Amino acid sequence: MTITKTQQGSSLNIALEGRLDTITAPELEAELKNSLDGVAGLTLDLKGLSYISSAGLRVLLCAQKTMNKQGEMIIKNVNETISEIFMITGFCDILTIE
Amino acid sequence: MKELNIEATLENISEVTDFVNSELEALGCPVKTQMQIDIAIDELFGNIAHYAYDPETGPATVRVEVEKEPLCVIITFIDNGIPFDPLAKKDPDTTLSAEEREIGGLGIFLVKKTMDDISYEYKNGQNILRIKKSI
Repeated sequence: MTITKTQQGSSLNIALEGRLDTITAPELEAELKNSLDGVAGLTLDLKGLSYISSAGLRVLLCAQKTMNKQGEMIIKNVNETISEIFMITGFCDILTIE
Repeated sequence: MKELNIEATLENISEVTDFVNSELEALGCPVKTQMQIDIAIDELFGNIAHYAYDPETGPATVRVEVEKEPLCVIITFIDNGIPFDPLAKKDPDTTLSAEEREIGGLGIFLVKKTMDDISYEYKNGQNILRIKKSI
């Protein structure tokens, strides 16, 4: 998985490419842990992401909980496979998907 | 039938995925179905790697079988580890808020919802988990 960060003031955009799974989810978790201080707007761009497994969902949930305290989190460019995963797991009600 | 015998480690998830994907591609499997199966492999083989022989590692077998009319694939995961029935776990409550959410059990729930059939048996000291998906 490739993680690309773009920061503008208190807005952080993170673009993900590849798969968010058991192996790669810890990479995103570590990246978020080091990046969210002072961030009021987090955008996760999933354009290049093919799929998410439960390990990835866990990291998204943690990020959402953090951002609930300090601002907002938006998820964009969700493909059909990932959209269905969000529906099945009820994550579509927890996350803000554009 | 094709079979892969491999050490149950997290690092080997990608090799198992490649092994299954090469079979799926030969069958002309749609991309979305392939991704759903890849997610199931991440969940199921990941579970074996995490828990079956914890804290050691041990062997696993992944078997791919194809049925025709209607075309479907049956993938079987076998390990000799601690008896564990992932289907015995209660489904998670998917209506809870972010703060109330528990993440445990979400993986197997996803597999149940995206595959056409899933079954578990413990036989001759082996955990045998089988998923079926039409193509």
